[in-house]
Amino acid sequence: MAKYPTEPLKCWSKAKELREKFYREFSEAHEKGGLRWMGSAWAHDAIPQGLGRDVKCITGEPYGASCAFDRPLSAEFLAATENYGFARDLCSYMRNYWGSILVNKYALGGEFPKADFAFSQHICCSHAKWYQNACELEGGDVPLFAIDVGAGPYPPFAPKLYEHRVKYVQEQLLDAIDWLEKVTNRTYDDELFLECVWNDVRSTHTWAKICMLNRAVPAPLDEKSIYSLYVFGTLQKSHPEFADFYEELYDEVTDRVQRGIAACPTEQARVMSDTQPPWGFLRIYRYLESWGAVSIGSLYTFGLEGMWLYDDERDEFEPRPMPAEKPKTREEGCMLLADWHLSKPEYQHFYHPEYKTRMMAAMAKHWGVNGIILHYNRGCEGLSVGIAENRLGLLKRGFKVMTYEGNMGDEREFDEKATETRIDIFLEALGLQKPE
Amino acid sequence: MIEKFEEWYRNRHEYQTDWKQRNPDKKMVGFFCTYTPEEIFYAFDILPVRVLGSHEIQDVTEPHIFAMFCPYCRDVLAQGLKGKYEYLDGITIGASCIHLRQAYFSWDIHRNPGWSHYLPMPGHVQSPRAIPFLKGEYELLIKKLEEWTGKTITDADLKRGISIMNDARRAMKKIYELRKQDAPPITGVESMYMTCAQFFTDAREFTPVAERVYDELQTRKLDRPVGKRLMLVGSENDDLEFIHMVETLAEREPVGATIVMEEHCTTTRYFWDEVDTSIEDPLEAIAERYVLRTPCPSKDWPRRSRLDRILQFGKDWNVDGAIVVQQKFCDPHEADIPFVRKHLESNGIPTYFLEFDVTTAVGPFAIRVEAFLETLEAEEDLF
Ligand code: SF4
Ligand code: SF4
Repeated sequence: MAKYPTEPLKCWSKAKELREKFYREFSEAHEKGGLRWMGSAWAHDAIPQGLGRDVKCITGEPYGASCAFDRPLSAEFLAATENYGFARDLCSYMRNYWGSILVNKYALGGEFPKADFAFSQHICCSHAKWYQNACELEGGDVPLFAIDVGAGPYPPFAPKLYEHRVKYVQEQLLDAIDWLEKVTNRTYDDELFLECVWNDVRSTHTWAKICMLNRAVPAPLDEKSIYSLYVFGTLQKSHPEFADFYEELYDEVTDRVQRGIAACPTEQARVMSDTQPPWGFLRIYRYLESWGAVSIGSLYTFGLEGMWLYDDERDEFEPRPMPAEKPKTREEGCMLLADWHLSKPEYQHFYHPEYKTRMMAAMAKHWGVNGIILHYNRGCEGLSVGIAENRLGLLKRGFKVMTYEGNMGDEREFDEKATETRIDIFLEALGLQKPE
Repeated sequence: MIEKFEEWYRNRHEYQTDWKQRNPDKKMVGFFCTYTPEEIFYAFDILPVRVLGSHEIQDVTEPHIFAMFCPYCRDVLAQGLKGKYEYLDGITIGASCIHLRQAYFSWDIHRNPGWSHYLPMPGHVQSPRAIPFLKGEYELLIKKLEEWTGKTITDADLKRGISIMNDARRAMKKIYELRKQDAPPITGVESMYMTCAQFFTDAREFTPVAERVYDELQTRKLDRPVGKRLMLVGSENDDLEFIHMVETLAEREPVGATIVMEEHCTTTRYFWDEVDTSIEDPLEAIAERYVLRTPCPSKDWPRRSRLDRILQFGKDWNVDGAIVVQQKFCDPHEADIPFVRKHLESNGIPTYFLEFDVTTAVGPFAIRVEAFLETLEAEEDLF
């Protein structure tokens, strides 16, 4: 029985169009005299954008997820990677991506568009290796620059923001600009760069504000829809249209909250998840909803690209405020990018699982969560680091926690039926009743 | 004297508890990754000892590290959870791969001996920004150690730490040089006992023994066929049972082999590079050493610089083939292996791939290594 009114998101089709346009622009960039680059979703994408408006990118993780969503295509890509000699337990996004190069098939149609350069960041062991190998597989003549962001935790998880840490990242970003000018033979446009930095800050801040709205009961957004929306931060957070789109989305979700519009009209219980889902099986989220349980999000969907700060004293988790002033110089722009992204919630667990447990516990408290579902994701070592300790830490704090094993991008490692059975048991324990 | 290495390897806990008794005022810190600057700990008169696994099947780590991470890091954690290191005063990790740091995290949560430190170590070691950053991290480490020990250190202390570690490195490198001989006076097993013993002992006690072993090796003749000269390349490996199996194949089969070189974080990746003592600032010199050493593959980008050194080792030690070893689920090495193999093979060094777990299946591995050695014979016949 529906408890709350519901309605589709008005900007849904716009989101779809923007996403399609993004992938199309990457493949067509050369025809328009532009450049193409590849890199991680966490790359400081404002940096290469200072080369010109005709510079288009593809980010590996959302592309890998798109491949995984198409299971037969993904199977072909994964097989190609294994045949090349790569282990089948490596990051499954990365294997889908390499497979796409090896098979020479673009998941959105046509041949795989070779990049002119690679620009990434590195915190998980696989980040820079991903593009090092992609460059090699694309013929060995694609240059790579990667920024190491493994500079240590951000306050309050470190006593303070140490100058040498943020400087380490800032200086690499400045070096990257010099390098880009050299490998592309283009003159760098600082004004355009600074505009892109601001777009990055705007979109990552606004995304966090949107997620804050999901504290409302009923939740205006469910996590399956969130997956289609958070993606813009992963595609290119410095993109002006994406930053504008998030502001539009914020207004629409605010309106939903004011009118009491639910994502799941039967919302009785709220859960949160963790790490990437098994992309080929998103229907498990609809399965949850058939029980009246809505997944309101996760530290992953909120904090992969959204910018937040955890407040130790208040045990609060809130959007990181926008900087008071726009950066005016290349140095200031790089400093802002370095500092802003070092505070990324999804970077902190690389230094200790306890930091993530604290943020998750605060989320569970403030978003009114009844149970936590952890995906032990065999496809992503980076976001699974410490996850078993997160489970123990959350249990210790009195939360109800369920785990299931799977793989975000390799369907061979996900057992849908067994997962549903685990969900049944968990939701029953939360006091819900199996739907008729 | 060479037996001393095996004794230290096998009785690491006895040695370390004995050391504590002999040095009641001194502290001992367990480290998890070879990116830990041991020089700084020696400067404080703290003994750094590496924690390795025990190659025993265990069932204690499952709630802490789930099964997609490398068996080695779980084995390391098991040592802590099973209470084998209760005598440590502290633990630390110089960050490399994200697998091993989990052993440190869980140990920190469940078995913290009272002091722990996570040392960020730059991943972009090919960047000029890495050394200043690492120096900044060392300054934070030193401050924390000063607070813990109540001691302050000087450049002279750091230089003492450097010389302790450089001496141990040099002693081992001299012995490695002997493995270039047509009939090496030391086996791969003995050599692995030596490099691991260095982790477990006070370098000031280890080095004089290594120097005496070097002298003894000048005249040592081993009563065993050398067979094919093999190099081991890859993930963490102190699987002595495996190496022993390879080196005793000739006792049972028509083919045999000797491991004459390795590129592992238990061997050359760990100790090959020395701190440059001509650099005036000792802290900078230490930072430079850890930034410029042969990297773990997770730090080896944008250029895959390891390849040149591996090939050079292969050539200088005149190897007939290389066994590329990968710990199960070891992402850093998995990302490099196709290219390591391609590089060696295109330069005339045949390779064979093996995936290791906490315990190796010696029987099936023997068959596979034997088959590899046979292919090396066949190639010889062709030319
Ligand atoms: S393993 Fe996870 S964090 Fe690492 S590159 Fe792959 S998706 Fe990213
Ligand atoms: S480098 Fe490989 S073997 Fe070594 S700890 Fe990391 S994952 Fe394990």
